[in-house]
Amino acid sequence: MLLHSTITSQQLFGQLLVGLINGSFYALLSLGLAVIFGMLGIVNFAHGALYMLGAYVALFLLRELSLSYWVALVVGPLVVGTVGALLQRTLLRRLAGLDPLYGLLLTFGVALVIQGAFENFFGASGSPYPIPVQLSGAQNLGFMILPNYRLWVISFSLAVCLSTWLVVEKTKLGAYLRAATENPALVQAFGINVPRMIMLTYAFGAALAALGGVLAAPIYQVRPGMGAELVSVVFAVVVIGGMGSILGSIITGFALGLIEGITKVFYPEASSTVVFVIMAGVLLLKPAGLFGKTA
Amino acid sequence: MRAIGSSALISCLLISSAVIADDKIVKIGNLGDQSSLYADLGGPGSTIAAQLAIEDSGLTKKGWIIDVIAADHLNKPDVGAGIARQWFDVDKVDAIIDVQNSGVALAVAGIAKEKNGVFLPSGPATSDLTGKACNPNTIHWAYDTYALANGTGKTITRNGGETWFFLTADYAFGHALQRDTTAVVEANGGNVLGSVNVPLNAPDFSSFLLQAQASKAKVVGLANAGGDTTNSIKQASEFGIAAGGQKLAALLLFITDVNALGLDVAQGLTFTESFYWDMNDGTRAFSKRFSERMKTHAMPTMSQAGDYSSTLHYLKALEAMGGNPHDGAKVVAQMKKLPTDDPLFGKGYVREDGRKIHPVYLFEVKKPAESKYAWDYYRLVSTIPAEEAFRPLAQSECPLIKK
Repeated sequence: MLLHSTITSQQLFGQLLVGLINGSFYALLSLGLAVIFGMLGIVNFAHGALYMLGAYVALFLLRELSLSYWVALVVGPLVVGTVGALLQRTLLRRLAGLDPLYGLLLTFGVALVIQGAFENFFGASGSPYPIPVQLSGAQNLGFMILPNYRLWVISFSLAVCLSTWLVVEKTKLGAYLRAATENPALVQAFGINVPRMIMLTYAFGAALAALGGVLAAPIYQVRPGMGAELVSVVFAVVVIGGMGSILGSIITGFALGLIEGITKVFYPEASSTVVFVIMAGVLLLKPAGLFGKTA
Repeated sequence: MRAIGSSALISCLLISSAVIADDKIVKIGNLGDQSSLYADLGGPGSTIAAQLAIEDSGLTKKGWIIDVIAADHLNKPDVGAGIARQWFDVDKVDAIIDVQNSGVALAVAGIAKEKNGVFLPSGPATSDLTGKACNPNTIHWAYDTYALANGTGKTITRNGGETWFFLTADYAFGHALQRDTTAVVEANGGNVLGSVNVPLNAPDFSSFLLQAQASKAKVVGLANAGGDTTNSIKQASEFGIAAGGQKLAALLLFITDVNALGLDVAQGLTFTESFYWDMNDGTRAFSKRFSERMKTHAMPTMSQAGDYSSTLHYLKALEAMGGNPHDGAKVVAQMKKLPTDDPLFGKGYVREDGRKIHPVYLFEVKKPAESKYAWDYYRLVSTIPAEEAFRPLAQSECPLIKK
């Protein structure tokens, strides 16, 4: 409350930077959601649970096998991607062609089951996970102290987001994928294994969520509820950006992180709701989202 | 006609007197956060604590039928109020225990008075439960914001922490804790430079920690709990709050939070609690039984210990009354007459404003090297005697006390 009148421009830069860093989290997570919805038409409410699974894989790797964060960055997404593939193959495939609402309900149920199971065995408070030694410490930028880990988060997320966008929009594989979701029968006639492609796409989206989880483990408490809090905001980001647009969700993720950061300075009580207010506004004015294509 | 009328009248009287007569049936409801950021502070553990109290009361052997049920209030006052109403009206619940989340607790206290039930919260912190919002059906167990402020706030302010900046959970609890701690800080010559209201259950505190750093206050006070506290402590260490010369004051910390943070991050934190599992043989014996039944094998928190103590005292009062009158105000009045004694909180009593009185302790989290066995986390710094721990009646706004 004190800083409304006394915040200096220096302090504001610090807050904006922190907002951008949070935005990179939103961008990474909404990327996975946008890939899954844009390519497969599934509203993946299990995204938060997959994110949490990624963090827990990192935790187990460290606690039981003494494997470092860097190993977890690779193994986490692989493990959770496999879980995602299994989920798609056994459960989601049966809903192909039905109303997207069924996919939403199924994935929501799966999320509740996973979260409940983890809470049952590990409790709700979670467990410690340290920042990797190579990324600990902070830089004194003059206007703020920036932890090295946060700098890593924003750089890594940007890199992943841009590479994903490149693969989907600019490569042959991406083109097959986009074609396969628009007209599976025709693409299958060309000899491309469409069901496998769809399963791998879901697995990729799940792996992206898990990557977010591993990134989050050193700074957010690793607890079963960690995904549930984040998934509503991420959904809002995807809806604002346009449910099918990958670039849209990346840009919107960063932008909303910034806006949330500014709100935290001037009216912090509203910082957890400002994203939804914007979502309501965007839906009223441009229902397909800022970057969405009207079907 | 007349015979039918008078026999109808007599049977009505018989039925109504049967209803008024005391029976030996008791139903206890554990209304808590069973799944979100406060679940480890009470939640399923509180149900286990209540069950242990039922066993230790010995009443089931004497023919009493005592049940415990549980429900999740999702940290929403309207959901909690709805469940409380249903429990008192339809499900014949006599007493509600636990209820972490002060917002929900204030709502349930009002309903307990309206429905003449018994409300024994050990979870919520707000001292308003024995202040403005006190009523004859509520006994606030375990701890409250006044005790926390008086313990932690006073100690830190007197030891060089003259200027404070609060990170406050934006609901009843955070505001009560900030208010009570501000009063103690100012009474001891300190000054509050500012505060920021943080939405409940927000994962990222970096913006708020930056504001705390910009304020240059000597102490960053965390007026939050559970998952919010662990996130803010973890991120405070990341942003170099301590390295920058500021002290972190975790105003409400439970043993499950310390376990979740790990001693590397939590070491040195000073805070106030009214129970620690490793204090004496009595607490150790109880805690062993408790952790064997917990799926996570965690040690009991102050709230779960409070639920054991309150349930045991409640059953003792019912036994002294010879049966359950299903009249909340009467039972609470009896609970205020009987002194309390259990291995967890020692000897104490319940005051007229509904405040349970017992000593409170200042603890410090051990360094990793000092911890010799599992859950060996706390070092006792000092004991605050029962008479000084809670708000004196003279300062109370409770309408129940006669001034």
